[in-house]
Amino acid sequence: MIDFEKPEAIQQVQNLVETVAVNMMRPVSRYFDDHEHEIPWDYINFMHQATKAMGGAASMAPTDKKSKDEKKDKRPPIGYQRLVHMVEMLAWGDAGMYLCTPGGMLGSAAVSAAGTPEQKKKFLSKFRGDKPVFDAMAMTEPQAGSDTSAIRATAVLDKETNEWILNGEKIFVTAGHKALIDSDGFIIVWATIDPSAGRAGMRSFVVEAGTPGCTVTKLEYKLGIRVSDTASILLQDCRVPFENILGSPEVEKRTTKGFKGAMATFDATRPIVAAQAIGIARATLELLKEELEKNGVVIRYGLPRQKLTNIEREFIDMEMMLHSAWLLVLKAVWMADNHIHNPREASMSKLRAGDVVVKITQKAIEILGPLGYSRELLLEKWFRDSKITDLYEGTGQINRLVVARNVLGYRGSQLR
Amino acid sequence: MYSFSPNEEQKMLIDAIQRYALDDLRAAAHDADEENEFPLEVIEKGWELGYLQASIPETYDGFGERSALTGVLAAEEIAYGDLAGAMAVMVPGLYVMPILIAGNEEQKKTFIPPVIEEEWRPYTSALMENSFDFDPNDLHTTAMIDGDSYVISGEKIYVPFAPDSEGMIVYANLDGVTQGFIIPKGQEGLEVGERQKNLGLNALPLYPVKFNNVRIPKENRIGGEEGHKIEPIIDASRVAMAAMAVGLSRAAFEYSRDYAKERDVFGVKVAQKQAIAFMIAEMATEIEAIRMLVWEAAWMIDNDKPESSKQAYLAITGAMDMAMMVTDRAVQILGGHGYIREHPVELWMRNGRGFASFSGLAIV
Repeated sequence: MIDFEKPEAIQQVQNLVETVAVNMMRPVSRYFDDHEHEIPWDYINFMHQATKAMGGAASMAPTDKKSKDEKKDKRPPIGYQRLVHMVEMLAWGDAGMYLCTPGGMLGSAAVSAAGTPEQKKKFLSKFRGDKPVFDAMAMTEPQAGSDTSAIRATAVLDKETNEWILNGEKIFVTAGHKALIDSDGFIIVWATIDPSAGRAGMRSFVVEAGTPGCTVTKLEYKLGIRVSDTASILLQDCRVPFENILGSPEVEKRTTKGFKGAMATFDATRPIVAAQAIGIARATLELLKEELEKNGVVIRYGLPRQKLTNIEREFIDMEMMLHSAWLLVLKAVWMADNHIHNPREASMSKLRAGDVVVKITQKAIEILGPLGYSRELLLEKWFRDSKITDLYEGTGQINRLVVARNVLGYRGSQLR
Repeated sequence: MYSFSPNEEQKMLIDAIQRYALDDLRAAAHDADEENEFPLEVIEKGWELGYLQASIPETYDGFGERSALTGVLAAEEIAYGDLAGAMAVMVPGLYVMPILIAGNEEQKKTFIPPVIEEEWRPYTSALMENSFDFDPNDLHTTAMIDGDSYVISGEKIYVPFAPDSEGMIVYANLDGVTQGFIIPKGQEGLEVGERQKNLGLNALPLYPVKFNNVRIPKENRIGGEEGHKIEPIIDASRVAMAAMAVGLSRAAFEYSRDYAKERDVFGVKVAQKQAIAFMIAEMATEIEAIRMLVWEAAWMIDNDKPESSKQAYLAITGAMDMAMMVTDRAVQILGGHGYIREHPVELWMRNGRGFASFSGLAIV
């Protein structure tokens, strides 16, 4: 039965998150954008305490396939649906600070998706301590961005000590500094256990803060989301216990299960990035509408296009694009919650949301003229922040490739 | 609680309509467009699927109830076969649905059952007018009260099956507000002009109709003496048209996708070129996005949500651009072959352009 009614439980959480966004994010947005690499501890500590009080990590992906509660309860699960509503609202507050939310991000998503029950217990419980803890995903390398199969980092098993020895260089690790230096967190490192096996040899490893041989070597200076640290990490004979591998340690030739594990994580994370884009875009349209109304321009709905002013037409088109993109996000996570395979929908939501937010933030600045370009408003910041959503967790082009392969029924080898 | 899955009844309906859309409508579409006429037996077969009848409660001789959501699912599917054919099959709805949505009890009892009980007959409505900035909320055709009658004068265009129609709703400006009036068959003062020739929709007979002081009894105003709100009718039409745009776009998308997988170029299939594959990915995404917008707007109508008018407006706004974006690319993907009338993509492109121009040619 098709239904667009927002569940009451989601509405309640969303209201809470809105209070945070309005009171703890917006007032300091400009400050942290101006002071790159400063850490917003007030926000972090507040979020840690608040989510602890609520009994879980706020931004963490739903963990088990089916929780005990769900088995008892016939109601369909809404974990991812709740998550995208929260992420959308936090990104509406400040997309960079959202990335500083403690309590489990992409790293935990990988542990949730590919970890054993013991691994989940061990690593995810870190977030329930007294102090805020961060995680991060270390996949990209200087020579391997979208083409993750070109990853060169290696993991070699030392049979004597039963440890994996990791070597390589990782870049663009979002919150890498917070995960390794500012908190007792962990990162997920992607490396090959058999360089001759290509994608079949790809595995991910949990590297905890304080592990010798794992160092943060650089923090990037970026166009936007400046409050979020983007770290380079060097792995030099970095030893982790055997049990820190996610997935099977055996390399089965001609299967790419390990690699597919990484890709499956994207089915869950791409709609979440899309939700960030939606949050920025909604903030932008709201501000644009407010500023236009101050100047006596009120958007009229229901008229034929021929009777609309150009500003009205642009605004209505943007609103239409934004809302339709949000519905794609909802559909993708509804599928995830109901365990329906969703790579197509996940990529669709990501590519449309990325397109839409970039277009909307660009257009809003254009429409408001010098006011839009000024740092008096947050618009120019949101324009800079927005672009990341079209880049990380798969560029718009990679997502087009995923959708194209999907609708054409092509394998990677048929459509490169 | 969010859900994106149609219920079992809706799935069965979609399946049945899809078979008809492909086997009958699509199969007849090319010749119908060339010959400017849809075969009556194809239209009758579509009518027998009973979608409209299922939207009408038993009290008025139907066997279901109105659901805009089920309506947009049906409209998408039938337009997936052919747009002109879909509009022909659904044309009695132009007469019945406004009465069901906004009529009073007596009007429903009087005017609905004769349409629903019978074989397909051309009932119709007259909304559009010949001005570049046509606006359903600002009509030039007027209705004036005169004793026990309303007197209607003005000119309409895009009136399907006007010369043969068994009954017609005309929309007119009554003191600045758009109102619908039920015009019985054989009414004096109606002057049907020469059949229109347009860019597309060739198989749907459309006519201009002049209303020369057409006098109808007071009780034929939809809703009776107090009249009715026009928004619910416009909203129902906007989502129906938007759903049809989705169906038509889906047809063009699938055809060009399949062609691209067959056609050889530089030693591979043309779909294996990213230049084409990315176009296809964007078409699929666009269709899915607008489709969700249409579903949500229809769901809002069914659930009396305050934002439903705005949402229906956003849906048709998005749908008209989607139809053009998708059909243009479908022609482009076929290259020169797309320009040839042997392939249906140029027909979809011509029909697709119409969504920006016509309103009120379908209603759910």
